[in-house]
Amino acid sequence: MPLVQSAGGVCWKKRKIIENTPLRISLILAGVIYIALALSSVDVNWVRVQEGMGRGLAFLGSFLQPDFFSRSAEIFEGILESITMTVVATAVGIILSIPVGVGAAGNIAPFPVYFICRSIITVSRTFPEVIIAIFFVAMFGFGALAGMLTLTFATIGFLAKLLADDIEDIDPVQTEAIRSTGAGFFQILTWSVQPQVMPRLIGLSVYRLDINFRESAVIGIVGAGGIGATLNTSIDRYEYDTTAAILIIIIVIVMCAEYASGIIRKRLQ
Amino acid sequence: MPLMKRNGAVCWVPRDSKKQLVIWFGWFIGIMLVFLCWQSISAKTMWVFAADAPEQLRLMLMRMFPPKLEYMDKLWKPLWDTLNIATLGTLLGVIIAVPVASAAALNTTPSKRLVRPLAMVILVSSRSVNSLIWAILLVTIVGPGILAGIIAIALRSIGFVGKLLYEAIEEIDKTQVEAVTATGAAPAQVFSYGIVPQIMPAFAGISLYRWDINIRESTILGYVGAGGIGLNLSSSLSILAWSQVSLILIAVLITVVASEWISARVRSRLI
Repeated sequence: MPLVQSAGGVCWKKRKIIENTPLRISLILAGVIYIALALSSVDVNWVRVQEGMGRGLAFLGSFLQPDFFSRSAEIFEGILESITMTVVATAVGIILSIPVGVGAAGNIAPFPVYFICRSIITVSRTFPEVIIAIFFVAMFGFGALAGMLTLTFATIGFLAKLLADDIEDIDPVQTEAIRSTGAGFFQILTWSVQPQVMPRLIGLSVYRLDINFRESAVIGIVGAGGIGATLNTSIDRYEYDTTAAILIIIIVIVMCAEYASGIIRKRLQ
Repeated sequence: MPLMKRNGAVCWVPRDSKKQLVIWFGWFIGIMLVFLCWQSISAKTMWVFAADAPEQLRLMLMRMFPPKLEYMDKLWKPLWDTLNIATLGTLLGVIIAVPVASAAALNTTPSKRLVRPLAMVILVSSRSVNSLIWAILLVTIVGPGILAGIIAIALRSIGFVGKLLYEAIEEIDKTQVEAVTATGAAPAQVFSYGIVPQIMPAFAGISLYRWDINIRESTILGYVGAGGIGLNLSSSLSILAWSQVSLILIAVLITVVASEWISARVRSRLI
């Protein structure tokens, strides 16, 4: 309990997060200097902002009156394409992430396999989906195929990492017991590792399904199909009421998906 | 323990047959669904273009190596901008997220009927819309530049930080709040002495975690004109300067891995 002597007797003072005073002061100073430098590098063209404010207001106004109908066919098609991309990418991603995840678990994989699988995970997790999408679009052409492959690639990094960390945390006693019955490597996987990680793997897959849908709205901007392409077109055409409608639809679907995936995950645990 | 008779001998099986049937049915539906979706994607794909993907990849890799190292001189400024977008964006987002989170948490909200649903709507809509989409909108409003990027990152962070923070506030120990209230503290004092010390570690952890995600996201904001290294990426791509693209990718990789490492180290020391 930090107590200080002062003129009026012994006082209590709040505990500081960093106890070491010189370190705390220098950290604060460094923070202030950095923020000042960073702020000074922000150059704002106020004339442009003022011009844009009108557009901002127009945008806000269209949010109050979204136009669902004049482009309803395109919106419907975009949403459907996003959902198909999401479903296939999640399914393929799960199937591929299992071997990578098992290979990246330090307690059951030999070192060379571990190293290769961990590098796959790092590369897939480091680059934002959009960058990956740019390359897949360059390779496979515009459309949903490139988007699906992007989401698959991103899913592998996400699921394999969490699966590998999970496998590293399993109870070794159970593995020992199965091994003592004379089980081989794959028998150990199915009877000891799989029952321990399965509930979490299912929960994470449902969560990833939800993330993939959200991401599918973005990668369309670089030409990988889905609702993102429709959204981008509507912004380019300055049809803000359609933009607002698409955003509202995305928000509602994401909200429902999140709610559903929350219930599924709660029931699994 | 489900047991089954097979050829006269009693065997142990992991599940009884009814449960097994339900599981198989579930698999059947799931696989059919995936197959249907795949068919619709495949029907829309020009397979002639997709077929030469390995050749395209080979050409792309050939053009990318070796990376043009001299270009690095022009990358320091965009990298600095990217860092600033992520950091200032996180700061702004966190500053807005704190009041929203305390309005959304059941135990601190001023009104469960009015304020809480409103705060929830703010959190959900901020989380559902990706920062790149926010950036596109903001570029048309405030013009291209890092200001649009900062606001986009901030808008996206509100939902993330706010959600995790309000969950942390709901999980605090009530007795501490009661003890502070019993001394006759005013609501603001209860907040700063009863609640803030309990959520501080979680708060710092969440903000750092978001900062590291934001670094990754701010690397692409430039693609739509919101400043940072994405601007160089998009211009290098459009002039087909693949040896610059590979250098940018390496720079992004190093920045992201470094920021992830820093954030993980600091978080493990805090919590």
